Amino acid sequence: MPNKNTFLGKANKNSLKGLINYGIIVVFFAVITIVKGAGGLSNALEGQLIPICAYIIMALSLNLVVGISGELSLGHAGFMSVGAFTGVIVAGAMKYHGVNANAPRLIVAIIVGAIFAGAAGILIGIPVLRLRGDYLAIVTLAFGEIIKNVLNCLYVGVDAKGLHFSVTDEVHMDMAANGTTLVRGPMGAVGISKASTFLAGIILIVLVLFVIQNLVNSRTGRAIMAIRDNRIAAEASGINVTKYKMIAFVTSAVIAGAAGALYALNYSTIVPKKFDFNTSILVLVFVVLGGIGNMTGSIIAAALLTVLPELFRQFQDYRMLVYAIVLILVMIATNNERIRAFWKKLTGVFSGKKGGAANE
Amino acid sequence: MSNNPNETRYVEVPGPGRIPERDMGKRPVLEASHLGIDFGGLTAVDEFNIAIGATEIGGLIGPNGAGKTTVFNLLTKVYQPTRGVIMLDGKDTHGMNTTQANKAGIARTFQNIRLFDKLTVEENVKIGLHNHIRYHLPEAVLRLPGYWKEEKKAHEKALELLDIFDMADMADVKSSSLPYGAQRRLEIVRALATQPKVLLLDEPAAGMNPSETEELMNNIRKIRDTFNIAILLIEHDMNLVMGICENIIVLNFGKIIAKGTPREIQNDPKVIEAYLGSQDE
Amino acid sequence: MLNYLISGISLGSVYAIIALGYTMVYGIAKMLNFAHGDVIMVGGYAAFCAGTYLGWPVPLAILFSMMICTILGIVIEKLAYKPLRSATSLAVLITAIGVSYFLQNIALLIWTSNPKAFPNMVNFIPSIVLNKGTGSEITISSTTIVTIIASILIMVALTLFTGKTKIGKAMRAVSEDKGAAQLMGINVNATISVTFAIGSGLAAIAGVLLCSAYPTLMPTTGSMPGIKAFTAAVLGGIGSIPGAMLGGILLGILEKFAQAYISTQLSDAVVFAALIVVLLVKPTGLLGKKVMEKV
Repeated sequence: MPNKNTFLGKANKNSLKGLINYGIIVVFFAVITIVKGAGGLSNALEGQLIPICAYIIMALSLNLVVGISGELSLGHAGFMSVGAFTGVIVAGAMKYHGVNANAPRLIVAIIVGAIFAGAAGILIGIPVLRLRGDYLAIVTLAFGEIIKNVLNCLYVGVDAKGLHFSVTDEVHMDMAANGTTLVRGPMGAVGISKASTFLAGIILIVLVLFVIQNLVNSRTGRAIMAIRDNRIAAEASGINVTKYKMIAFVTSAVIAGAAGALYALNYSTIVPKKFDFNTSILVLVFVVLGGIGNMTGSIIAAALLTVLPELFRQFQDYRMLVYAIVLILVMIATNNERIRAFWKKLTGVFSGKKGGAANE
Repeated sequence: MSNNPNETRYVEVPGPGRIPERDMGKRPVLEASHLGIDFGGLTAVDEFNIAIGATEIGGLIGPNGAGKTTVFNLLTKVYQPTRGVIMLDGKDTHGMNTTQANKAGIARTFQNIRLFDKLTVEENVKIGLHNHIRYHLPEAVLRLPGYWKEEKKAHEKALELLDIFDMADMADVKSSSLPYGAQRRLEIVRALATQPKVLLLDEPAAGMNPSETEELMNNIRKIRDTFNIAILLIEHDMNLVMGICENIIVLNFGKIIAKGTPREIQNDPKVIEAYLGSQDE
Repeated sequence: MLNYLISGISLGSVYAIIALGYTMVYGIAKMLNFAHGDVIMVGGYAAFCAGTYLGWPVPLAILFSMMICTILGIVIEKLAYKPLRSATSLAVLITAIGVSYFLQNIALLIWTSNPKAFPNMVNFIPSIVLNKGTGSEITISSTTIVTIIASILIMVALTLFTGKTKIGKAMRAVSEDKGAAQLMGINVNATISVTFAIGSGLAAIAGVLLCSAYPTLMPTTGSMPGIKAFTAAVLGGIGSIPGAMLGGILLGILEKFAQAYISTQLSDAVVFAALIVVLLVKPTGLLGKKVMEKV
């Protein structure tokens, strides 16, 4: 390795890792497009394309918090929910005011959904990020539940004068007779005019990858990972812990919000209950199975675990059970000291050179 | 340093006002007075006073449990002192947290090594350089020229610092897979990368053999001479302490029992008693 | 007003019993046993099966349920948590979530998602009627009385156990410093096992009491009370036995008042908001002690 330590050599290596991920997405898109053109895509699978994109984005988003920042967020579906509902409201209001084209509605919905989810991220991050470990996880869970409960009480309508809100019922929205109800409490968002497309999903994934990978390979990303590895040493090295935890958390919330808007605008109705604790855990399963901190793994795991249950419908009942077992086994396999030592030995055999250098 | 030895040149410094330039190295860069901390009613450190010159190498010794690391934790604001004042380069560190104290000019290593395990050696050093790498998050995300320029500079600086301990060729190794001694050295490099005015080393020679210790002594001197900084170290290896420290403080039961040059310390009956007394512990 | 207070104390007593399990495990194994709530659910089903399907008398059914949960607790600890003794809290928590999901889905396969009507197993004493004949009568049900008495008895017993017995002292030693306890000849693994056994046995009692008061038993029955009881443990100060009791009762009252005066839909939100406020204002909880981080 002649240029191992030259700056360019290193930069190339990092961008190569990132390029693989873009490659996977492009290949995925190409394959699906070709298969679809040849009529080889079942209806069930075609219906899953946009959810797959949304879940890939969710997994990337959660991996930023769990893998890069090293904190467990158990309320990530909450951010998705905020993005989904603000997105649906915005898209619905635009439609009501005569914007019928899907592309601008989707783009605005995603942007607004991302912004609101980001705002929720800031609001939640301020108290949450002062806590550590288990407490942080349980509080994110609590926030996810709070968001769900609040959305369950939310009524939104649109008329010529603009948006109307109520937390009690539709009547209290005080909306003109010719207005449209967009969100109906526990019934959720109704009468959504679909705007999401598979292409839009793919573009969003690429954008998200771009942001995450460039963030991780920067001084900001390094600082976030340093805090994860050793908070006290990071502080002693002059790293502002709260600031960088916040950057990771809010970026992740923004991305989850975008995913939520993309997801919601693929359906005609969406209920708040869709984004409950189970959805947060589902995304966590993607991240854990793909490898904590491994973005490529998150993409593949999210795609496969969204498609596979569709293909094996007869095993539907066992799906969550299998996920549970997978969570336990993967965690033990990757964290048990003895098993890890065994893996190290095994990989050491195959890359003897590198191991030798490290053990001098 | 002046060409004419008869002419005293004066330099403006914070705190005492003006001092002769030849004494710049003795100007205290870190001063703590009446420093103390209680943990739940128990006094861990009390009446700790120290003044370290700007380019001085100081030693902090004492039996196990004497409170040496606690002093480091106080000086770096990991613990907030119950009593006393810490002045760092003329600034009161009252109300500062560890991050702010580092930015104000104090860096340290840890007795129980605290590296960023999953990052490479070079990345560990770049964390030290963090506050000296100047670009903003949008520049990084969009990969603007500022990002490339600053990252290149950081890369070169990191290798330069690693070269102090001949570790540049290990730049790409994951820090957790370094041998023990190299991990200790990497901690020193990382601390140095924050460009401190005072460097605190917590048992830098722990686990090293005599020849490694000898090399470490030379390197500590080299660091002081190259970077013109003050170094305060905790160490049990008396050869190292007596060999490189200009002034030594002896701590026992959280209190200073002796202060002075290595020669004075070696002959101090109180010190001998503290150490002999501690033998049957 | 008074009847909300009473039903709050009753619900809170159940939270307190669950919280005791959390607090002991957290204090000693330093882990959040996310599956604790689901052990409650298993306890409920075990008692239900013994009582309804097998027709066993109530005391026997409760004993059976406690036995099942105790064994379950020990097995979970051995298989899932013990291999991760030295892992990060992130890894342990994810594993615990896995265990929680495992229990819920196993229950789903065995008993389906159809709710079971749980028979009231604890109405063996007469209920009390306050303000008799004044027109504003308040009935304190038998279940409520038994629940409150049970939680007080359990708290007293646990306090005596950890304070007076040898194994209880070992538990306290392990919670202070695992390494030092080991050096003093305490079998740390056995102590942690005992802790899980006791916590899970208590979960069975909590399951019976919970299902007697709210007689719908489903695979997800335990998860919400579990999370709320953890909230209660945190509120009271994790690791503290009286803290768990106090936290549980306060939380129960808060939940009942929120249901009555704010909104049934938002009562959970209020409870969780309380958790957040407490953690911000006093992260160690009401009766918890401050622990310094070692550097």
